[in-house]
Amino acid sequence: MGKSVLVIEDEPNISEAIGFILSRDGWRVATHANGVDAVEAVQARKPDLVILDVMLPGRSGYDILRDLRADAATGALPVLILTARGQARERRLASEAGASHFMTKPFSNAEVLEAVNALIGA
Amino acid sequence: MPREGRGFDLTGSRIRERRLHLGMKQADLARAAGISASYLNLIEHNRRRIGGKLLLSLAAALGVEPSALSEGAEAALLAGLRQAAASVPQAGAELERIEEFSGRFPGWAGVVSAQGRRLAALERSVEALSDRMSHDPHLAASLHEVLSTVTAIHAAAGILVAETALEPEWRDRFHRNIAEDSARLAEGARRLVAELEDEEAQAADLATPEDEVEAWLAAHEHHFPALEAGGSVDALLEGETRLGTDTARRLARRLLERYAGDAALLPADRLAAALPKGPLDPGALAVRFGLDPARMMRRLAALPRAAWEEVGQPVPGLVACDASGTLTFRKPLERFALPRFGAACPLWPLFQALSRPMMPLASVVRLAGRSDRVFRIHAIAQPFGPPVPNREPMFEAHMLFQPAPGIEAAATLPRIGITCRICPKPACRGRRDPSILAEVP
Repeated sequence: MGKSVLVIEDEPNISEAIGFILSRDGWRVATHANGVDAVEAVQARKPDLVILDVMLPGRSGYDILRDLRADAATGALPVLILTARGQARERRLASEAGASHFMTKPFSNAEVLEAVNALIGA
Repeated sequence: MPREGRGFDLTGSRIRERRLHLGMKQADLARAAGISASYLNLIEHNRRRIGGKLLLSLAAALGVEPSALSEGAEAALLAGLRQAAASVPQAGAELERIEEFSGRFPGWAGVVSAQGRRLAALERSVEALSDRMSHDPHLAASLHEVLSTVTAIHAAAGILVAETALEPEWRDRFHRNIAEDSARLAEGARRLVAELEDEEAQAADLATPEDEVEAWLAAHEHHFPALEAGGSVDALLEGETRLGTDTARRLARRLLERYAGDAALLPADRLAAALPKGPLDPGALAVRFGLDPARMMRRLAALPRAAWEEVGQPVPGLVACDASGTLTFRKPLERFALPRFGAACPLWPLFQALSRPMMPLASVVRLAGRSDRVFRIHAIAQPFGPPVPNREPMFEAHMLFQPAPGIEAAATLPRIGITCRICPKPACRGRRDPSILAEVP
């Protein structure tokens, strides 16, 4: 059980709930709550997967994602984008920035589990 | 800028315009001014600047003030024209001949310049409107807040339900999170509603003239004592400051003139004294007062609230439409709104009446909604305007609707709506648009 995930989400109760269900599923979970140093946090922790909220304090999730994609070490890292907006425009932005998967709030716990496991091919 | 000097002095063009206007030959004018015809020709084509004594003698020969020939077109007009030209560069306006244009056609130039200004103003308000709709930061922030808390509650509740063997610490923790988040959700939802209401209030400032007239009629409760007493529409509109636009005043005038005509035939107090305590029958009342049924419906809709309270009846609403189905008169009720945009429910007796001209229709219906309310409805379609031999009459329909609180909303009563988008009626044969409300199974 070596799978690890970094949840970058500023809403503590959301990251707590996601963290709980993922750890029950056997993941090693770390959380991070702001956008400014999120890229550094990913580089330091080297998770197998990142769950990234779009609206973060300090920096947009899309900017963070673009930086991750530009870096060879994280260029292929599976990233699940969370957003409160579900319009087509938002989906396009996410896929242009390089999102592996896109999920609209509110989502169910089962959807999150299914998505993250599909992303790492478990 | 080689032609600028000419561009700004078109005295010659004005001399030529004036001479042609008088039907005078170039040679005659030249002789009167004491110059050669060829020199005058150069002047008239703006190839020679003139001034002083020659300008005075030409002006005298043409019978105009010298300033009328020498003064350029107004700078403001030119600026307006330049701006209008700049906003449509692909039209290729001849900017080098701008003064010639404004000098020769001052009226048309005024129209172009005024339209340019108006277009710019309209573009600004369209921008402001669409900006507010799509980028309202407060609205977006409130929505985001609500969705975030819903997500947190949803996730925590999901864990509480799915994890049967949850440790007590965790269970307490998620319970606490749900309690916190639901308080935030309540606050966020309240703020969202407040902002939407605010938005609505702002939208009222940008209402159409029709909305303006409707609000104005509602403020008067559709009753105008001055007109009942034989006062003139002019006098009534004179002192009215709430109707801002000319279009609104014109619409109001048309309605009021009809009102005054109705009131002259049957003043409100006479009709009020004849109101029955039981169910209303506009047809019978019409016969009794020698009016046509549509006019009687309009008179009933114009009665003051007090007259209805007197006989213990709810105030009725009225809607009229022309043969195209366009609503031309609207007195909505709080419980029976009339659509502002888009078309009404095709099941309204108002529209059925159009296919059965001159036939009074009476029915009791349920208005589809969260809880159906019962209304008594009277409708009729009648020709309007003077009858002209061998010309098809134009029809208009009226529909009077009055709440009937005493009647139970039985399933056997026909069910009608306001407009498709906000109507929950399932499997409706009249449905045009999908409903934004969940369908009732």
